[in-house]
Amino acid sequence: MVNMIILAVVFVIGAFIFQVTLSGFSRKVVARIQKRRGPTVFQNFYDIGKLLFKESSISHGFIFDFGIWMALGSTIATLLFMPVGGWALMPKYANIIVIIYLLAVGSLGMAMSAVGSGNPLASIGVSRALTQMFAYELPFVVIAVLIIYLAKSSNILKIIEYQTQNGWNLFSMPIGALVAYISLMGMLGKKPFDTPIAPAEIASGPLVEYSGKYLGFLMIQHEFATFIEVGLFVHLFMGSTSIIGFLIKYIIVYISAVMISSVMARLKIDEVVKFYWRWPLGLAILQAIITLGVRF
Amino acid sequence: MSMSTVSLMEKIKNIIRGHSLWMLHYCTGCGAMELPPTMTARFDMERLGFAPMATPRQADILLVTGYLSVKTLRRLIYTYEQMQDPKWVVGFGSCTINGGIYYDSYATIKRLDLYLPVDLYIAGCMPRPEAVINGFKKLMDMIKSGEANGWKKYKENLEWYRANQRKILGDSLYVTR
Repeated sequence: MVNMIILAVVFVIGAFIFQVTLSGFSRKVVARIQKRRGPTVFQNFYDIGKLLFKESSISHGFIFDFGIWMALGSTIATLLFMPVGGWALMPKYANIIVIIYLLAVGSLGMAMSAVGSGNPLASIGVSRALTQMFAYELPFVVIAVLIIYLAKSSNILKIIEYQTQNGWNLFSMPIGALVAYISLMGMLGKKPFDTPIAPAEIASGPLVEYSGKYLGFLMIQHEFATFIEVGLFVHLFMGSTSIIGFLIKYIIVYISAVMISSVMARLKIDEVVKFYWRWPLGLAILQAIITLGVRF
Repeated sequence: MSMSTVSLMEKIKNIIRGHSLWMLHYCTGCGAMELPPTMTARFDMERLGFAPMATPRQADILLVTGYLSVKTLRRLIYTYEQMQDPKWVVGFGSCTINGGIYYDSYATIKRLDLYLPVDLYIAGCMPRPEAVINGFKKLMDMIKSGEANGWKKYKENLEWYRANQRKILGDSLYVTR
C-alpha cells in the first residue's frame, strides 16, 4: 500500500515535469514556425510558479473555489488510472471507459466554477466548451468502441497487447486514427477548435475571472488533462509496451498537433459542431463498416 | 525594502516573478501602435517571458500606452484595482510623464503617477520597440532585485492617491455602473 502511494506520487510528479517541459518546448516550436526565437523551455514552470506565488487571488464564493479543487482532483485521479507503456499503477482498472468518464468530471468542475464567478464571458466560454465536448466525443467514442470490440476488452493494457500481436491500429484502421486525431485536437483545444478559450473574442472564456493560485491550479489541471488525452491516443493507436517508446510517440503526436495548430484559424462554435458531426462522425461510421465487413 | 532584509524565499519568488510577466495593455493612446511589432516576429517580446493577457485578473503589468483622458482614467483605476498583487504599472510615452503634446489640453491628465503608482516610464513620443524591450528588461531587473514595489506604495498611501483621484474625477469614481 505504502509502495503504491509512493509510486503514485512519483508518477504524478513525473508526468507533470514531462508535460510542462514539453509544452515549454512546444512554445519554442511555435516560435520557430513564426520565425521568432521564443521563450526558454522552462517558461511554463516560471508561469505556474509565478501564479502560485501571487500574494492575492480573488474568490467569488464557495462554488468558485470548490469547482477548481474538483477539476484538479478528478484530473489527478484520472491520471492514476492511466497506463504508461505497458506499466500501470492499477493494472486491473486501467480501463478506457473509466478514463473517459472521470475526465468529464474535470471539465464539469471547471464549468461549475467558471459559472460560479458570475462573469457573462465565462458563461459563454463554458457553454462553448461543453458544446464542443459534446461534438468531439461522439466520433471518438465510436472509434473507441470499435477498438474495444476488436480487442475484446476495454482494458487499455489488453488493447496494447492486442496491438503487439496484430500490429498498430494506426495501420489497420487509418481512417479511425484520423478521426481520433481530429477529436484529440478538439480535446486539447488546439487551434481550429480553440473556440472555448478565444482570447481576442471572449477574453479567454472560462478563465476570465481566475487569478493567482486558482489560475495556476487550472494550468496544472490542463497539463494533466493533456497528458491523459494524448496518452490515450497513443495507447489506442500506437500501443507498445516500453515506457521510452511511449514517451517518444507521445512527443511526436503532441508536437505534430501543436504544429498543425499554429497554422490554423479558429472556427465558430456552430461550425465546430457541424464539422465534427459531418466529417469525423461519417468517417468513423465508414471505418466501422469497413472493419466489421472485413471480419465477417 | 532593502536587500539585506529580504529573505531567501522572497528572493526566489522575485526571480520567478521576473521571468514571467503577463501584461494588460491599456491602449487608449497612439503608442499602442508600437506594440504589435514588439509582440510579433520582429522583436519577439515572448522570448523574455512577456505575454499579452486578455483580462486584468490574469495580468501582472498594466501598460498605459499614451495619453489618458479624464473619462478613461476612471476605467484605468478600476482595471488596476481588479489586478492581483504583486502588480506593476508601466507608463509608456511622454504623455504619461508630463502630458506630452497634450500638455495644455483640458481633457487629459498630465502626470500618471499622481493617480497610480508607476514603477517604470518608457520615455519617447512614441518609444520604438527597441526602447520598449529595453524598458521591459529594466523592469525585469527591478522586479528581480525587489525594487519595483509600487503596489505596496499604493496600499500604504491609498488616501493620498484617492485624494488626487477625487480631485480630478469628483465623486464619479465611486458611482456604481
